Amino acid sequence: MKLFDELEKDVRYKEGLKACLNCGVCTAICPAAQVSDYDPRMIVSTVQQKDESELEKLLKSDTIWRCGECLSCKTRCPRGNVPGYIIQALRSLSVETGMFAESEQGRKQLAIKRTVGDHILKYGYCIYIDEVDNDMYPEQGPVWKWLRENRDSMLERLGTSYKKEQSGTLRITSKESLDDLKKIFDETGGTARFEKIEKYSSDKAKELNINFSGGKDDYFNCMYNE
Amino acid sequence: MNIKINKIWTSYQKEIADDHFYFARSCIRQNIFPAAENLYLNILKNELKKDIYDDARQTTCTGIAYHSGITPFETIMTVVARQFSLMNEAGYENFVVSCVTSFGIYVEVLETWKHFPETEQRTREALKRATGRTFMIPKNLVHASDVIFKFRKEIASKLKFSLINQNTKEPLRVVDHIGCHYAKIFPQEGIGGAEYPYVLAGLIDQWGGQQVDYPERRHCCGFGFRQYLLKSNRSYSVTNSKLKLDSMQPYKPDLIIANCPGCTFFLDRWQYVIAEMEGKTYGENGYGIPVLTYEEIAGLLLGYDPWDIGLQIHQVAVEPLLEKLGISCNSDKKFKGLNGEDIGIPDKPDVLKC
Repeated sequence: MKLFDELEKDVRYKEGLKACLNCGVCTAICPAAQVSDYDPRMIVSTVQQKDESELEKLLKSDTIWRCGECLSCKTRCPRGNVPGYIIQALRSLSVETGMFAESEQGRKQLAIKRTVGDHILKYGYCIYIDEVDNDMYPEQGPVWKWLRENRDSMLERLGTSYKKEQSGTLRITSKESLDDLKKIFDETGGTARFEKIEKYSSDKAKELNINFSGGKDDYFNCMYNE
Repeated sequence: MNIKINKIWTSYQKEIADDHFYFARSCIRQNIFPAAENLYLNILKNELKKDIYDDARQTTCTGIAYHSGITPFETIMTVVARQFSLMNEAGYENFVVSCVTSFGIYVEVLETWKHFPETEQRTREALKRATGRTFMIPKNLVHASDVIFKFRKEIASKLKFSLINQNTKEPLRVVDHIGCHYAKIFPQEGIGGAEYPYVLAGLIDQWGGQQVDYPERRHCCGFGFRQYLLKSNRSYSVTNSKLKLDSMQPYKPDLIIANCPGCTFFLDRWQYVIAEMEGKTYGENGYGIPVLTYEEIAGLLLGYDPWDIGLQIHQVAVEPLLEKLGISCNSDKKFKGLNGEDIGIPDKPDVLKC
C-alpha cells in the first residue's frame, strides 16, 4: 500500500492542499505553534513533496497530533490551502494504518475513544455530566462539584430533562436514536475505527507491558494523565 | 443626502430565516450551562413569539470526536444527514445550531457535498442502509446567536435593563468572543465574516454597551479538542485562554460574552485555575470577569431571575455584573435546590472571590 495513494483518496486532503508557496502565514497565526513544537508550514511542505518515507515518519510522529483544529489557518492562507484539513487526513491515515500507536501523542487516541467516543454511543452526546468528575477534570472547580453532587435537585430546578425520556436538556436519548447512531457507525467505518484504536493500542500495551483490560485501565490512565 | 453603501460590507451579510426553526442541541452547553438552551428557547417562543422545535430524537453531531481524530468523515456526514432527516420529518426547513463546533460541521458537510457531489450520494446511501431514512438539505442553516442578532432590536424594545453601569451611568465595557468555527472556516457564513464579526458586537451596540477592542480579540480560546480532552494536554488550553485574558485585562472589561459553548466554558473555568495556580485575578477586588452566553445576557437584561437561568453554575461569580446593571437578586435563593431545598453551597476557592 502506498501511503500517498491512500492520503489522496481523502476529500479533506484534496480540499486542503492546492499549492503551498511556503509563506508561513499558517504558522504565524497558529495557536498550537505558539505553545508547542508544531509547524503547519512544515507539515504542508512535507506532504507536498510526496516522499513516502517522510510521510511515514510524519504518521508515526507526535507532530500531527499537536494541531488544535481551530482552523485559523484556513482563514489566512493566501492560496486557499487548509493545513487543519490536511492534519485531519493525516490523523485518519495514522489510525487506519496503526501508526498512531508509534508516537506518545498518537497513543492518546485510546483515551479519547474511551471517553468521548464511548459517550456518543452510550448517551447520544460527546459529553455527559455523569462522566465529568472533578478527579478527571479538576479545572471544573467547586461549583461544578457541588452541581454534580446535587444534580437531581438542581437540574430539575433549572428546568432540564435530566433522567427523563422527553425532549429537553440532558434527557435520556431514546434507544431508537442510540440504535440509529450505532448503525451509522457500523455502516460508515466509525465502529471499525474504534476497533482499530483498541486493537493497535492493545498491541502497544503488551509491548510496553502496561495492563490493558478495558475502561479506565492502566493504559487508559497512562495515556490520559501523563 | 447620498448614503454611500459599502459594497464590501454587503458581502459579510447572511440570510437568517424569520420563523419556524428546528433546534439542534449542543453537547457542551447542555452540561456546563444546563439552563442556557432552555432560556434560548424561552426567549424565542415567549419574547419573540417564534416557532422553534425541540426534537427528542436528535443526537450529537459527533463534532468533538471528529475534530479529535477518532471518527471518520463519512460517519459525521451521515449523522448530520440523519439530523436533517429528523428536521424534514418534523416539517421544518430552517435549521438552528446551538453549538459553534456543530455549526462549523454542518457548513463543512454542506460545502463538501457541493465540491464533491459523490460524497453526498454516498452519504444518502449509507443513511438509507443504516436507518432507512432519506433527507432534504435545509433551506436555511444558521447558528443560534445569528437569530438573537437578527432580532436584537425587537429584544431591545423589551429590555428592563441595559448594558449601562448604574453607578457611573457609563456604558459597560464588554468583550465579545466569537468561537473560531463560527466564521474562520467559512467566513461567508458568519455575520461580518472572519475579519469583522458583528454577531455579538451588534448585541453590545444595540443594548447600550461599549465594545472592547484588544490585541488578542480574535485569538482562539484554546479548546483544541484533543488538547483539552486529555488531562496531559490541557496546558495548551489554559495557555491560550491566559493569552487572551492578559491581553484584555488592561481595558478593564466588565463582562465577556461568547457564542461558543466551549469558549464560554474555558474563559470561565481557566480564570478559576489561573487564580488558584498563580494568584492572579482579572476582575475587580479579587473577582473574575463574568463570562456569559449571548442568551444569558439577553435573559438578564429582559429581567429573568439570574438564579432561574443558571448563572450560579458559572465558576466566576456574576454578582459584580449584577450590581453594575442594577439588578437586585435574592442571594439566599442562589444555591437552593428544587422547591427551595437546602442542598448546601459550593466550597469557596482559595483565591478567586466568589
